[in-house]
Amino acid sequence: MQAAAAKTDPANTTGEPVYQLRNVGKTYARNAIVALEGVNLTLNKGSFSAVIGSSGCGKSTLLKIMSGLIPPSTGRVVLQDRPVTGPRRDIGMMFQQATLFPWRTTLENIVLPIEIRDGKAAAKAAHEQGRALLELVGLKGFENTYPSELSGGMAQRASICRMLITEPAVLLLDEPFSALDELTRDFMNMELQRICTTRNATAFLVTHSIQEAVILSDVVYVMKPRPGRVAEVVTIDLPRPRTLDMMTTPKFGELVEHIRSSLDKEAFK
Amino acid sequence: MSNLERIADTAPATEEDTVWTEHVGWLDQVPRAVQMLFVFVVFVLVWDMVTRFGLVSPIILPTPAETLADMIFVGKNLATGGYMLPALWITLKEVFYGFLLAIAIGFTLGVIVGETAFGERAIMPYLVAIDTMPKVAFAPLFVAWLGFDIHSKVALAAFIATFPIIVGTAAGLHAADTNSRNLFKTMGASRWQTLIKMKLPMGLPQIFTGLKIGSVGVMAGAITGEFLGGGKGFGELIRTAASQLNTPRVFALILYLSIVGLALFAFVAWVQRRFVFWHKERAGLGGES
Repeated sequence: MQAAAAKTDPANTTGEPVYQLRNVGKTYARNAIVALEGVNLTLNKGSFSAVIGSSGCGKSTLLKIMSGLIPPSTGRVVLQDRPVTGPRRDIGMMFQQATLFPWRTTLENIVLPIEIRDGKAAAKAAHEQGRALLELVGLKGFENTYPSELSGGMAQRASICRMLITEPAVLLLDEPFSALDELTRDFMNMELQRICTTRNATAFLVTHSIQEAVILSDVVYVMKPRPGRVAEVVTIDLPRPRTLDMMTTPKFGELVEHIRSSLDKEAFK
Repeated sequence: MSNLERIADTAPATEEDTVWTEHVGWLDQVPRAVQMLFVFVVFVLVWDMVTRFGLVSPIILPTPAETLADMIFVGKNLATGGYMLPALWITLKEVFYGFLLAIAIGFTLGVIVGETAFGERAIMPYLVAIDTMPKVAFAPLFVAWLGFDIHSKVALAAFIATFPIIVGTAAGLHAADTNSRNLFKTMGASRWQTLIKMKLPMGLPQIFTGLKIGSVGVMAGAITGEFLGGGKGFGELIRTAASQLNTPRVFALILYLSIVGLALFAFVAWVQRRFVFWHKERAGLGGES
């Protein structure tokens, strides 16, 4: 299974490859610590992929490499036919914390990436676009509120807008809703699906939750530690759009169970 | 049991309802202004007793009444443009220029130390070393270098106030969390943009804490400078009054100085509230967030 996963890359066949990783590895401390080894993955246009694994399985390292924050030690990282050699404007990121800046209004926070890249005038010109995004995520009317007045879920919606404002080719989601309560998280996951579908976005999610990975994804990469690697690639063939009701179906249960046992095998080794 | 069942029914409110009040001590129910007034009155009463019954010589400690009378005298002198007004003006100038200088130097060094690895590794140790020196001991040097005019006092005032501003600025720049840093990196922000748009605004609470501590130090520096380097400021008035054993005057002058110090502190706090409106600060004077 593991060997098969490393060679073949059974990503969904919906669209053109957007983001490709070939044999990506990362070592620390002069090759003494192997954080990541031989990772192959392809994100196709409009697909949703998730990576799941226990702490220390290298998924944070993988995400850092994919976001251009750190260079890989080996392998090729190619986004839209260009190698990733640093932060790129066609990469959108979202973190566990909303990371909105309290001295900026919601709208000013959302256009911040534009302001950084193209200056204040461009940011001003993007206000209209920002308003449209706020409407998309259901935050219409909160343009001029400060983040302190937003709830956790609302703040994460705003940070979705900030990620989308530059129209990135790929969305990298680092446990985006894990700080929210369960009810809000389920709801936000469905919202995320809706937003991604609306914009035909290519998304890559890092999560601790098997259910979350299965309900959102077309492909789930199961990662294992020591060394960090992709141990299994699970294709999720549940129909779209996904609903929360699907979480009670036997098919969903089987998939979750399969991934769980795959993860457990490693834990007791 | 039957009682519980009866309550479980949606019975109308009766006198059996469990309504009770949390206990709050009577002292805590008194308004704050009254509490403060109470402490003040007790303080003055004890002071008055101590002097009235001759426990302390009147040369060492004047009575509250004498002090009040002298405060009125000094107040009148200041209000009518008497000889004390130019003295106060000189001290105010020293405090003003000293604070300005401290802000300029402290902020610049704070950014260098807080933002660059070189500054933190190579410069900060020296700053810490200088900070641990008794800075007042430099006063004679400043007088030797800059003379008896206000320059030496400005220098000492700035010298004392600079360090808390350096520390506050450096700490403020370190306040940014990993997520914010990573976010700015992924947005492709330059170092300058990260500093201006994220680190500095995020560090404002700490920077203002440094400024507030500095605003207290600058006053002390100016007066110490006047004590040790002469001149014609308010500190000189205090020194003269003390040498004449005119303790009520000393007390009165100190109280006016403390009003100036309080005003400066309040001004910094006001600016902070304007600029750092988004930061919820705990109530009270000058506390760290």
